[in-house]
Amino acid sequence: MSSMIKPYGDTMNDGKVQLSFTLPVEWSEAADEAARQLVTKMGFTDVQVVEGRRIGAGFSLFVVYASTPQSIDISTIKAPSAKTASMSMEEIDAYVQEHLGRKIRVAGACIGTDAHTVGIDAILNMKGYKGDYGLERYQGFEAFNLGSQIAVEDFVRYAKEHRIDALLASQVVTQKGSDIKNFTALVELLEAEGLRDRVVLICGGPRVTNLMASELGYDAGFGRGTLPSEVAAFIATTLVARLAAAR
Amino acid sequence: MELRIDQNTVDRCRALASAIAEPVSAFIEAHSTVAVERSVLRLLGVDGVGADEIPIPNMLVDALSPQERSRGAALAFGKALAETGLEPRALGEAIAAGTYALADFAHVPDEAARGAIAPHVEASLARIRARRAEREERLRRLPQLPPPLLYVIVASGNIYEDRTAAVAAVESGAQIIAVIRSTGQSLLDFVPYGPTTEGFGGTYATQANFSIMREALDEVSEREGRYVMLTNYASGLCMPEIASMAALERLDMLLNDSMYGILFRDINMKRTFVDQHFSRMLNAYAGIIINTGEDNYLTTADAVEQAPAVLASQFINEEFAHRAGMPDEQIGLGDAYEINPDLQDGFLYQVAQAQLTRQIFPKAPLKYMPPTKHMTGDIFKGHLMDAMFNLTSVMTKQSIHLVGMLTEAIHTPFLGDRALSIENARYVMNTARHFGDEITFKPDGVIEKRAQNVLADASALLERVAEMGLMNAIEAAVFADVSRSPDGGRGFDGVFARAPEYWNPFEAALRQAQGDTAQAQGDTAGARGDAVGTGSSRVILSLSKDGLK
Repeated sequence: MSSMIKPYGDTMNDGKVQLSFTLPVEWSEAADEAARQLVTKMGFTDVQVVEGRRIGAGFSLFVVYASTPQSIDISTIKAPSAKTASMSMEEIDAYVQEHLGRKIRVAGACIGTDAHTVGIDAILNMKGYKGDYGLERYQGFEAFNLGSQIAVEDFVRYAKEHRIDALLASQVVTQKGSDIKNFTALVELLEAEGLRDRVVLICGGPRVTNLMASELGYDAGFGRGTLPSEVAAFIATTLVARLAAAR
Repeated sequence: MELRIDQNTVDRCRALASAIAEPVSAFIEAHSTVAVERSVLRLLGVDGVGADEIPIPNMLVDALSPQERSRGAALAFGKALAETGLEPRALGEAIAAGTYALADFAHVPDEAARGAIAPHVEASLARIRARRAEREERLRRLPQLPPPLLYVIVASGNIYEDRTAAVAAVESGAQIIAVIRSTGQSLLDFVPYGPTTEGFGGTYATQANFSIMREALDEVSEREGRYVMLTNYASGLCMPEIASMAALERLDMLLNDSMYGILFRDINMKRTFVDQHFSRMLNAYAGIIINTGEDNYLTTADAVEQAPAVLASQFINEEFAHRAGMPDEQIGLGDAYEINPDLQDGFLYQVAQAQLTRQIFPKAPLKYMPPTKHMTGDIFKGHLMDAMFNLTSVMTKQSIHLVGMLTEAIHTPFLGDRALSIENARYVMNTARHFGDEITFKPDGVIEKRAQNVLADASALLERVAEMGLMNAIEAAVFADVSRSPDGGRGFDGVFARAPEYWNPFEAALRQAQGDTAQAQGDTAGARGDAVGTGSSRVILSLSKDGLK
């Protein structure tokens, strides 16, 4: 079977996609036609504008179905996941006890001006997420949740002063690339302070991917739906591997 | 559609809220903050920025010695006014430019200062009264659509883009526009100046931005034949300053919670309690509806477990608002639709909570917040969750309805997202407009039992808070699982004890005005009403009826 794939509507390789967008123009039949031609210019074929209407003065909303002639070879795609080791809290605690013999110190924060702690809370707080306990509950971890709006400088100072093993930086707000700026600022400051190699550095947030994280210089990135145990397993196994390499 | 709930428990909750607020009120009366003093100067007419873009109100208050500060900024400033004969704004600019220093006028007697300030206080309050009268006139001429009033946010970071988005949203059916602030603003100990075009996750609240948006909304209100309300955020370190700017620029609502900043922004609790009180006195006078932030408890902790804490906090917020002179019609208590969608019968719990709040606070323009915590990138499911929220809101007669966006977890809303979400709300609310009037709750059914349990648990929680004291309770993480210490958090260094000669001319005048109104309305006027079942369009309009004269 070919590893080339296309979007699937109701028939293999029909390439069907749905799009919706707003154009800054009053609705008219010409606006519908403009939407159709625009989607055609995007490279789609068999373009059908199934809905077009005015949504306020000077703006129209469109819903469009179309086919794409493009396909992708799935066998060439690389997006390594950080969610490798599947371990329960008890297994991770036992693993930490056996291989490290001390608690792993983890600090997490929403860095920059981001005030949305839902992600970092899900990973660190006792309660956890989807029935998976947060790191505060682990025997093998000592977790410090610094909360929201933590300046990168303060986060790095905290890491230094509290001998933190793993840093979790969270960003929910992504407007105008603020997440990338803050993530980058954190890596750069850690490098400038000579701390980068001494911590397991992790970023998280609904828009974060592991690929993006590695490009930014992080050890791992965790996106939407991540369970605390997945993060805990990554930290524990990474720390142990580093220790073994250093011996 | 009435739940059978125990009125004695409700009364007990109110009595407990009063007992909880009492010692905090004593603290408030004995203290002021730099933000309160800056807002006094702003109300007098001081504005503008000096070197390094530092707002002149900050320069003036920061220059006061601890002794001068403890007597209130008005005395020191009044002395300079008396001696120089300048107008407040010109005097502020002259001091910022280094022409004078407030300390130069220490020899002027207090009486001269009071005399020099008095006409400016009267002028400022007259301006606020005029803005209130303008609102009342427009509401009469351009009546709102019936509640739930559709409330949408704009948050591009650029006030001019926000204006475009707001006008488009109004044309799609929005009735209230909130300009979300830049994410860091609540932690700034000053208010930025002038029109702004850059912000993250929102647009800076500045007086110029308020004015730009007000003008645009007034224009579209005329065109649409219905008054569109404007909202911003009197929270964070500049709470009373935002309230004073909002009063001067005719905002209609303000987020203004007695505990939100403490819990969710780590702002010092003493700072917050003092600041919220003066802010609410101003809001009461300006006819501004406050929105409280109980919805936030549900985004950080489990919505089913936190339900009693939400209700307890509503009682406390109501009590603090009453103590600042706010009538029920201006107290927009918050709640949210945040129960995990995977929970069987979660909708029943949502209805129970929303209806319980409606019955306990019958005159309050309740603010109902949409799902956020359980929204994902699946916009299709999100749109459905918003529809269930819309149904709950219309059937339980909520007043201020924050329209949920299908793209909630993804980005600040696109123009098209807003149009689709408003259409969702309009469809559901129209098709189910009188649903709530047609049904009754099964006696002792899941919904009624749930409401009764939440009320009983809220009462127990308030007992505990009353016993511990509010500040200790916050430290013990009673609210939202968050612990804050009385002297910790941001802005504590801006809190100070009032000297015996302390003078805040606006506080004195507002208190006087409140006393006059209470007297004029007689014994029946109390901020609390016993009417049951509102939800008509009068809820919002009624606040304009007995304005403070």
